[in-house]
Amino acid sequence: MYALEKQTNDLTLSDEQVMLIESARSFCEQKSPVSTVRELMQSDTGFDPEVWQEMADLGWPGIAIPEEFGGSGLGIGSVVGVVECMGRRLLTAPLISSTLAAQLILRSGVGSAAPQLLNIAEGMVATPALYESADTGAGILCELSPSGSAYRLSGEKLFVNDVAAAQLFVVSAQLDGELRLVLIDAEKLSADAIRPHRLIDETRRAARVDFSGAEISAAEILPITKQALHEVELLGALLIAAESTGAAASCLDAIVDYLKTRQQFGRYIGSYQALKHPAVDILEGIEAARSLVFHAATIVGTGGLSVDAEIACRMAKAKANDVLLYAGDRAVQFHGGFGFTWDCDAQLYNRRGQWALQQFGDSRYHRKQLARLLL
Amino acid sequence: MADNIKEIAAYRAEAAAWLRENIPPRPDFHVPLTFMEVGSEEKLDYLRDWQRKLHAAGFLGASWPKEYGGAGLTHAHQMAVDAELRAQNAPIIFNVIGTGWAGPMLLHLGSDADKSRYLKRILTAEDIWCQGFSEPDHGSDLGNVQTRALRDGDDYIINGSKIWTTLGNYADYMILLARTSSEGKNKYAGLSFFLAPMKIEGVSTTPIRKLTGDYGFTQTFFENARIPVSCRVGEEGEGWKVAMKILEFERSVSGGQATSHMISSTSMADLLKSLSQQHRDGEPLLDDPVVRDDIVELLIREKALSLNDKRAAIPVLSSDYPGSLQLGFKRSSTEFIREMRRLAGSLQGLQGGLYQGDPDAVDDGFWQYAYMNAFNATIGGGTSQIQANIIGEHVLGLPKS
Repeated sequence: MYALEKQTNDLTLSDEQVMLIESARSFCEQKSPVSTVRELMQSDTGFDPEVWQEMADLGWPGIAIPEEFGGSGLGIGSVVGVVECMGRRLLTAPLISSTLAAQLILRSGVGSAAPQLLNIAEGMVATPALYESADTGAGILCELSPSGSAYRLSGEKLFVNDVAAAQLFVVSAQLDGELRLVLIDAEKLSADAIRPHRLIDETRRAARVDFSGAEISAAEILPITKQALHEVELLGALLIAAESTGAAASCLDAIVDYLKTRQQFGRYIGSYQALKHPAVDILEGIEAARSLVFHAATIVGTGGLSVDAEIACRMAKAKANDVLLYAGDRAVQFHGGFGFTWDCDAQLYNRRGQWALQQFGDSRYHRKQLARLLL
Repeated sequence: MADNIKEIAAYRAEAAAWLRENIPPRPDFHVPLTFMEVGSEEKLDYLRDWQRKLHAAGFLGASWPKEYGGAGLTHAHQMAVDAELRAQNAPIIFNVIGTGWAGPMLLHLGSDADKSRYLKRILTAEDIWCQGFSEPDHGSDLGNVQTRALRDGDDYIINGSKIWTTLGNYADYMILLARTSSEGKNKYAGLSFFLAPMKIEGVSTTPIRKLTGDYGFTQTFFENARIPVSCRVGEEGEGWKVAMKILEFERSVSGGQATSHMISSTSMADLLKSLSQQHRDGEPLLDDPVVRDDIVELLIREKALSLNDKRAAIPVLSSDYPGSLQLGFKRSSTEFIREMRRLAGSLQGLQGGLYQGDPDAVDDGFWQYAYMNAFNATIGGGTSQIQANIIGEHVLGLPKS
């Protein structure tokens, strides 16, 4: 059994991180009113390229990329606060995708991929392509085979995020029974390679991508360990947890706003304890999730993840999943008839919660892994 | 800053060494886990001796001024000692209404005379304190207090009754909220606050037996009890303000307590240790996937609560809902403890039905007893439901219920 009392309890922010969060908070508030969120739901990429360019100018895609590769080297823990601010305004941009793609490259040892890291740090959209079925633990079948002096990839990946905007795919594959990362430029894909999923969260984009036939040079193939892949998934879980925590807070704001202004039977509905107490439960859940998220952010570091860091990422994801789902569920219910409509923002949070739940592990999955680590 | 951290670490090390030598051996009776369970003279004597010893060694009231019996250090010093008290599973400091509530209130609002008169004797447990807020018909509705304090020359004459008086039968003083007037713009305006002596004519107590089967608090009756005007804190009619200040200390919204070690906490580590011995259908209980999921849910909650203080100290991470972490802590932590203890008993199979005193009970029936006792904290000091109203109204700005 894991010695619970030996677990670290760190939760700190550097002055730089505080400044980053403060600037991200006002940026996201300014750029992403809910009317903009709804407009972007209609677009192909799901985000505004000009806003993404501004984020790149602020250095956000390079936060977790070391200085030698064009980033600011602040570490993945510093991305967490920014992503929470994005969630707080439902601001969609490919920051998580690009950050995780860069982490894959970094954790593969970089090799010949330094130029790609530099481009990511400057705002080139990159995205991981890791899964081949809804069972994300099912293993990797995509295969590299020699073709003349180069290689060809065969296989299709599912649930690849931000495909329409991605210029670089970081794809997991097998080469002679060994795990590899393959860097594939978007322009190498055939015209019919991409088949978009219809996601329940309409602020998001993901697709099936068929990489079959793409020709790959040796320089575009990097070694990667199972452990490194697994770590990037945990970091993905942490970033989604941060984003969901922000979204839950935004959802609570929407609920509170309605409870304070809607009257029935001559009273503001927020005066009824049947609505007030669940709102307080949502707040308590947000507080718990935020503590766990920033604890994880404090201890993830830049290298391999410690057991404590793995525990922290999983706890953060399990809690953030549950609080956003609960908030989104109650948001619809508490808005009554209006809550059942498309025009009510409750649906945005409800749908966001359903999709975020499944990204990098649902709550039961993480609790099961935590049981393995803790019991 | 770095010097301060070193100094506090040294202070904790000193306390740790002293505690290793001086924590009293466990007696053959059940040592109270909370200050609400002091139900017999032998328990009282045991805890009073322990408190005196800790104070004499300089590890109680570290942040209180020297002239009032403290050590003249900082709150952080006491927190360091408290962490060590918990780590070494030391008996609780029982005189909580003095050390935790009335004491800090006096440091904020009391006159110099009050401070000299009361504070040191709180720390030494020469004076035991109790609280007279709740009344038989007004539990959660504190503003509706009906106990009367009638001015008569240089005295007040008190009549009425208080209930749930923890330590009532042993107490020397009560922090008393009483009505000096029924006029005024609202029910709060007529209330005044007193430091009322208990061992005087006209004050009597009747012990109340709790759902656990033991004693620890009383109903307290005032029949023409006469107390001098100097016992009043604040002006006549300003009692509500003082009472609210007390509640800030009681709910740990404000610091300044002589110690925070007033409850022997149980943690998930204790629970897991206990459950590791249990079997179901011949298999270790902790291999059962359903049980594991229940436990991990609570582990996540425990972890989040343990991070509260650290996050509350970082403004950019806690200014979103001002006061939320502070006001929410009482509800979230007491509800967590109740649920953890309930789960413990529910996982013991048939042994889960055995109580203290049965030789076959798991951990001497501790979990069953502790579960029922946990309602102390989810009800006392404002029920969880009242807390939810407070949080909803004060943090989220929702309209009053």
